[in-house]
Amino acid sequence: MLRDAALVAGKDLRLEWRSRVATNQVAPFAILVLILFAFALDPDRGILERATAGLYWVTVLFAALLALSRAFSIEAADGNRDALRLSGLDPAGIFLGKAAAVAVVLLALEVLLLVGVIVLYNADVHGIGLLAATCVAATAGLAATGSLYGVLAAGLRVRETLLPLLLLPVAAPVLIGATRAFEDAFSGTTGEGWSWCVLLAIFALIYTVFGVLAFGPLLEES
Amino acid sequence: MTTDPQTAAGGDAPVGTGSPFTRVLGILCLVGIAALLAFGLVWSAPDVVQSDSVRIMYLHVPVAIVAFLAFAVTAFGSVMYLWRKSQFWDLTAGASAEIGVMFTALTLLTGMLWGRPTWGVFWVWDARLTTTALLLVLFLGYLAVRRIPGDPDVVAKRAAIAGLIAFIDVPIVHYSTVWWRTLHQGPTITRLDPQIDGLMLFSLMLGMVVFLGVYLWLLVHRFRVAYLESQVDDLGLDVALAERRAEGSALPTSPTSPTSPTSPTPPEAAPLVTTGDER
Repeated sequence: MLRDAALVAGKDLRLEWRSRVATNQVAPFAILVLILFAFALDPDRGILERATAGLYWVTVLFAALLALSRAFSIEAADGNRDALRLSGLDPAGIFLGKAAAVAVVLLALEVLLLVGVIVLYNADVHGIGLLAATCVAATAGLAATGSLYGVLAAGLRVRETLLPLLLLPVAAPVLIGATRAFEDAFSGTTGEGWSWCVLLAIFALIYTVFGVLAFGPLLEES
Repeated sequence: MTTDPQTAAGGDAPVGTGSPFTRVLGILCLVGIAALLAFGLVWSAPDVVQSDSVRIMYLHVPVAIVAFLAFAVTAFGSVMYLWRKSQFWDLTAGASAEIGVMFTALTLLTGMLWGRPTWGVFWVWDARLTTTALLLVLFLGYLAVRRIPGDPDVVAKRAAIAGLIAFIDVPIVHYSTVWWRTLHQGPTITRLDPQIDGLMLFSLMLGMVVFLGVYLWLLVHRFRVAYLESQVDDLGLDVALAERRAEGSALPTSPTSPTSPTSPTPPEAAPLVTTGDER
């Protein structure tokens, strides 16, 4: 299963590396959202500084939608879905591989966005460890739920509109938890932050296990 | 047609949406609603603090509880569908989710109408309100998945998994929103008075029973409508197949085509059975 996962993740990351969609389209979009928030919220009144954690994670969610939509549209084209089904790879491995590739892309984006908020929003970083742990846990949760919904919506004509409706409410706890943890990391009080991090990890674990079980039927049937 | 509804449903299949049971249930619900109106609006006393606005509680609380129950039935139906692969559980899950969404929307609406006179605002970011709002959106997504056309088995399996993804999220959402709010500003609402008057309690319980009945009535009818819809789809396919077969049998049984592409004879002049230019 893990070998299959590594195979699928490697394939996806190679595709991303060669097509450069993540670097040329998703990353600029994410930075653009940061700039748009500055237009929407007056940058001189300190709103941006206070809301940095929330704005950061909302941006990550939007970018995640694009990355997921992309990750599963490459499987929908040219009958790739059938090829994937016939490949003999373990569906659980395919799920883990897809999720891992999405997670790697998202983590790279998060690092970029972190630099973005430090530069643009003047954010102070105190707890590097908490930031890193939150990013990993939240990204794992987003990638797991997103891959589940991604394969469900892949190949459907309503894909672009369906995926946000499905993913965003489910990912609401991720947004809440990651934002609180980031607030603590920015302000330097790392007490509650780690508890939120644990919540994010539990979320990621639940949906990864669920995805390993449910991905097979979803891939076969739809 | 050849499809026997009895065997397709694996039990007593409805051919209409009404039955003696639902008619009795429907009448009981109507009587119950009338009684609830009398108890809620006339016979029960106004609250000491909230005066008459407390009366919306007899609608709000039962509707909210039934909404949660409906989603639990959807989750149970989804599990049962994945286990037994029976159309019954798929349709039950779908019907219950639709009623649940409607009742959740009613919960939010009545809650806002109650919140305005009580707290002065329609909405506060209380954990319970936030969870309920997310619940509504989660299951709107589920209904959107159900509405995607496709092979019935595929749609059912997809919907069952989507329903479970949404349902697993409910406790996580609830826990995180509770934690989110209590960390920042403490509980906003203290809902029911700890000591509730006897007649008020009775009205509330009556509301529970009545709306449970309404839920059941709606569920049975929605299930039957969904079942009949699936039958129409099956029948439509059978009818189309039969028509094509009838067209096929109306043609001659000779092995060669009556009008070959190279035939110089115009089609209307060509007799159906034997023509000179048949090769």
